[in-house]
Formats: sequence, structure tokens, C-alpha cells
Amino acid sequence: MTENPNANGDERNGNAVPAPRDTGGEVIRVRKGMFGANNGGDTSGYGGLIRTVTLPGAASRPYGGWFDEVADELEGALEEQDLLPANAIEKTVVDRDELTFHIAREHLVQVARTLRDDPALRFELCTGVSGVHFPGDKGRELHAVYHLRSLTHGRIIRLEVSAPDSDPHIPSLVQVYPTNDWHEREAYDFFGLIFDGHPALTRIMMPDDWQGFPQRKDYPLGGIAVEYKGAQIPAPDQRRSYS
Amino acid sequence: MTTPHATPRATTEGTVYTVTGGDWDEVVESAVKSDDERIIVNMGPQHPSTHGVLRLILEIDGETVTEARCGIGYLHTGIEKNLEFRNWTQGTTFVTRMDYLTPFFNETAYCLGVEKLLGIEDQIPDRATVLRVLLMELNRLSSHLVCIATGGMELGATTIMIYGFRDRELVLDLFELFTGLRMNHAFVRPGGLAQDLPPGAVDQLREFIKTMKKNLPEYDKLATGNPIFKARMQDVGYLDLTGCMALGATGPVLRSAGLPHDLRKTDPYCGYETYDFEVPTADTCDSYGRFLIRLEEMRQSLRIIEQCIERLEPGPVMVADKKIAWPAQLALGPDGLGNSLDHIRNIMGTSMEALIHHFKLVTEGFRVPAGQTYTAVESPKGELGVHVVSDGGTRPYRVHFRDPSFTNLQAMAAMCEGGQVADVIVAVASIDPVMGGVDR
Repeated sequence: MTENPNANGDERNGNAVPAPRDTGGEVIRVRKGMFGANNGGDTSGYGGLIRTVTLPGAASRPYGGWFDEVADELEGALEEQDLLPANAIEKTVVDRDELTFHIAREHLVQVARTLRDDPALRFELCTGVSGVHFPGDKGRELHAVYHLRSLTHGRIIRLEVSAPDSDPHIPSLVQVYPTNDWHEREAYDFFGLIFDGHPALTRIMMPDDWQGFPQRKDYPLGGIAVEYKGAQIPAPDQRRSYS
Repeated sequence: MTTPHATPRATTEGTVYTVTGGDWDEVVESAVKSDDERIIVNMGPQHPSTHGVLRLILEIDGETVTEARCGIGYLHTGIEKNLEFRNWTQGTTFVTRMDYLTPFFNETAYCLGVEKLLGIEDQIPDRATVLRVLLMELNRLSSHLVCIATGGMELGATTIMIYGFRDRELVLDLFELFTGLRMNHAFVRPGGLAQDLPPGAVDQLREFIKTMKKNLPEYDKLATGNPIFKARMQDVGYLDLTGCMALGATGPVLRSAGLPHDLRKTDPYCGYETYDFEVPTADTCDSYGRFLIRLEEMRQSLRIIEQCIERLEPGPVMVADKKIAWPAQLALGPDGLGNSLDHIRNIMGTSMEALIHHFKLVTEGFRVPAGQTYTAVESPKGELGVHVVSDGGTRPYRVHFRDPSFTNLQAMAAMCEGGQVADVIVAVASIDPVMGGVDR
């Protein structure tokens, strides 16, 4: 290949490095360097490496299997209630044979009620809420993830709702799924997610007077260095990690 | 007069008595004097009948419970947070300690999640999957035996406690033979199992099945038709199907309301759809129904274990992918089970690449593609779900366990309010909460 003499030069300058595959999903983090060597000078030669980490992006129709049926029924049922599906469902992700609806937080309760009550959907059982903290996902730092199971149809779907760190409010689902009472208290306790409308949102695992929200990524794990065979082994969150 | 057993202490909430011994006279005396009929009893967190460090706050009127609440969190160990600072394989060491009566369920649920994220579900060797099923069903036996044993003890039936722990010991002996440990095994790993069964394991297993078939009917003889046992358990801890669905109760609590919901049938994993077993139900919605269901589930577990033995074919128990399989060959040395010296000699002495590979995999671990997944298994207590999130790194980004004990314990108030104080113990025992799982 001699017609492009600049190719080698570009490669040396790092311009011809293939761009990271953009799946169109949320960028949750930018990873720099390698081997976790980020204190002191770069001796690894990989210090300039920059990679963005994205979660799987939105899927397009057809989703496959019963996913389309659930999506159609949900959209239809929301339209019947004069709620534009595009306003409530931010995006639909199909990844690893699992269906995820990203729901705008202001419509969460209505969507959940529809999913529970509509005869074609019938997601009767909620398995609680799991909080996830993505400090790198600006404006959508806190995620609340719900898994809904339909015993009638033998299906399971996931609802994902996000809130910014500066306004960590998400409507409570306790009215729709009373089982979420303790689960929402747990997510509040660990992530500081405030579930509006919860009957008694208090800490559940940590002591009542605890400061801070331990499962957030900026909250340290803690621990002390221990001596083992003459060497000091640092606490787990102080050890070198592979970026 | 003050007794050392019940010393009064004035607080802003009223007089608080700390009752430590058997002397209740003063409490009764002052309760009679007081114009407030309402007494709040704080049971636990250190109480022999609350299954670990569970605190029950009961508002009672005479012998009737008018309000009941749980205080939990006394056994919170931050396992979910800790997982984020260890590599994916080390995770099993933590999760096995959550619900310490069902270690294999915790490990398997976690590993199924990691394998799904890795996309290697189809590469798990058959032998590893059959052994996982075998271990889980043995574990179901030991968990139910503890439930029945401690439940019996809380009624004052110490014989059934001795029987239960006697049989559980047999299961734990098998676990020790298979994994080296009676509890907290960390035996199921992402990609398969830590190692294969030792020689003679199947013979021991057959012997165990024979013994259990002889021992299980003893529980029927001792308890099932026992009038005292029935009087204490029937119509106690009542929770109907509507209540179960609203409160998210699963496992024996849900099945005692008549719904045959069992993830092994409705959403099979580990090839459960190919095993022949039945899901027992009851329509009594009470503690007695849950007891009968647990007994029957133990018989069904024995059936599954027998089918597992027939299916055990020689073969690997770890995925062939050397980028995931932990490079260990364990051997029994003078100081216990450890890495085989021959294996170390081979790595250290013959191949530089093998040494590098070993070092990288053990210190750094493997990377898991970014994404999230939810996997659930039917633990003896109900739906044990795991929400695993990866950011493409060598450590879990977030792992959340939906422990069935945590969810089912919410039903305590619905089961106890309006009942007798003495029945609270029976109702809580019928939920079978394990605080290690509730608090994580």
C-alpha cells in the first residue's frame, strides 16, 4: 500500500487508531492509561491510552421474542391514558436477552401501575429496587433499577430510572408495589435516593444518625493497613487497581 | 423495690425496664399501676428466638399484638460494597457469607450472573452444572432442616431440634468432603467449580440418601400429626395470596398460599427443566402449611439428588477458556488443601508465559464486558435475585442481592398484628429469615 504514504506517520501519531466503538449507549466513564499506574511518572508506555466505557445503547425494532409484544402493549396502554409513550419511555435497551425500559422519572408510577394492571402485561411481582451510582454519567448519576416479574406470562423486564446527584428525587412505587417499602429505604440508605411519597423513608441498614451514603462511588470503603510477613498491606480501597 | 433483673430507668418516652432475668414482678406491678394500657416490648436484637440479631418492636395490649415492627441492620457487613473492591472471582468468597445457611445458592446466583455478562453460559461444562444442582439441592435440605429444627425449638420441642441438627450434620459432612469446608465454601466460581469431587464422594452420597430416606419420616411421626405442634402452628402467621403478591413474598410463604410458583419450574436455570420433581403447595396460608411444604421439598430434593448422581459423567468442571478459568490445581499437602506443588513447579520452572498468565489472572483477574444482568435462583427461602453491573473492568461495578429473607421479613407485621405475643415467634420462624442474608 504505497498510495497513502501518510498512513504510517498517522499511526505513529496515534491518529489512525480505530475509534472506540460507539454503541450509542450512556458513557459512564473514561478510562485512562493501563495497569492502574496513575501515581508518579508513566513507565508503562500506556499512559496516553484513553477509552470511553459505554453501556449497551438503545435497540431498534424488532426486539425479538415476546419483547415486541410487551413493548407494543405498554405503548398502547400508555396511549390510552393520553400519555405519549415517547415522553415516558426514554429508550428501550435489549442486551443479553433482557429487556430494559428507561423511564422518565415523572412518569414512573403511571408506567408501573400500567405494567401491573394491564391484563396483557400483568407484572405482579416487583423484586425491589437496586441503586447504581455512575459519577461519570453527568446529569444522570443515580440510577434506580427495578425488576418486574409477571407470574401470569412468565416474563421479566427491567425498568431503569435516573436522577442527577443535585436532585436525587424519584417517585416512590410503594403505592403500586408495597414490597418496595424496605427496598426503597435500602436504596435511600446507601445511595441517598429520595423516594417521594414513601410512607417512612428512613435508614434501614446503617444507624439512624449515620452521615453520608455508603454505596456511592465517592464514599470510601475504609479499612486499615495490615502487616503480613513484614510487609504493610494497604486497605482494600488503597491497593492498586487495574483501570 | 428494685430487683437486679428489671431495673427501671426514666426516659422522655416514659419508664423503660430492662428485663434480663425471670423476674417480671416489678414490670407487671407497674404495668397495673400505669394508666397507659399500651406496652411496647422490645424483643431482641439479642434474643434466642429471633433467628440471629433481629429486633422486634411489639406494641401489645394484654396478650394481643396491636402493632409489630422489625429493626434490622445489626448484621450489616457491607458485602455489596466490598465486592466492588475485589476481582470477579474473589466475589464468591464474599457472597457465600451472606445467607450463611444457603451458601451454594448465593454463589451460584452470583456466578450465573457473571457468566451471563461474559456470555459463556453455553460453555459451562455439563458436569459443573449437574454438580451445582446437586450442591444446591443438598443445601436446600440443610437449610430446611435448620428451619424445622429451630422452629421446633422455639415451640419448646427440643427433640425435633436435635433431629434436625443431626441430619444437617450429615449434609455438612458431605459439604466438607466435597469442598473442604462445612460452610462459606466459595466453591462455585465464575466458569464452573473450584475443583472436582474427591474420590469416594458418590458412594458417600448414596449412603447419605439411604440414611435420609430413613430419617425424613421421623419428622412426620414426631411433628406432622402432633396435636400440640398443630395447635401452635395452624392459623398462625396467616398471609393469603393477595398479601404475598403485594409484599413480594416468595418461596414456601407464597406456596403455602396455594400458588405453585417456583423458579426452578417457571424460569428454569442450570437445566432444572430436565429434572423430574414436583412443587408442593398448601392452601392453609399458615405456619403449618409452610412446615409441610418444607418437609415435602426435602423429599423432592432427594429425588433431584438421585437424578444428579445418574447424570454425573466424567469431564471438566471449569470452562476451557484459560482466560477465565482460575489456574489452580489443588492437592492435599501436609498443611491442608493448596495449590499442587507439581503445578507450581510446572508454571514456575518450565514456561515463562504460563507464569505471566498465572500472575495476571490471579492479581488482575479477567475483564467482563460492560452491561447489566439480573439472574435469579429459587433459594430455600424464595427468589434470590442478583443484579450485576459491569463497567468493563476487572471488578464488579455494582452487585445487588435481592435476598428473599429481606423481602419476606416485611410480611412479619401483616402476619403478627392482631395475634398473640407467643405466636409472633412461630410466625417469624415460619418466614425462616436469616439475618446474614437480610442485612448483607
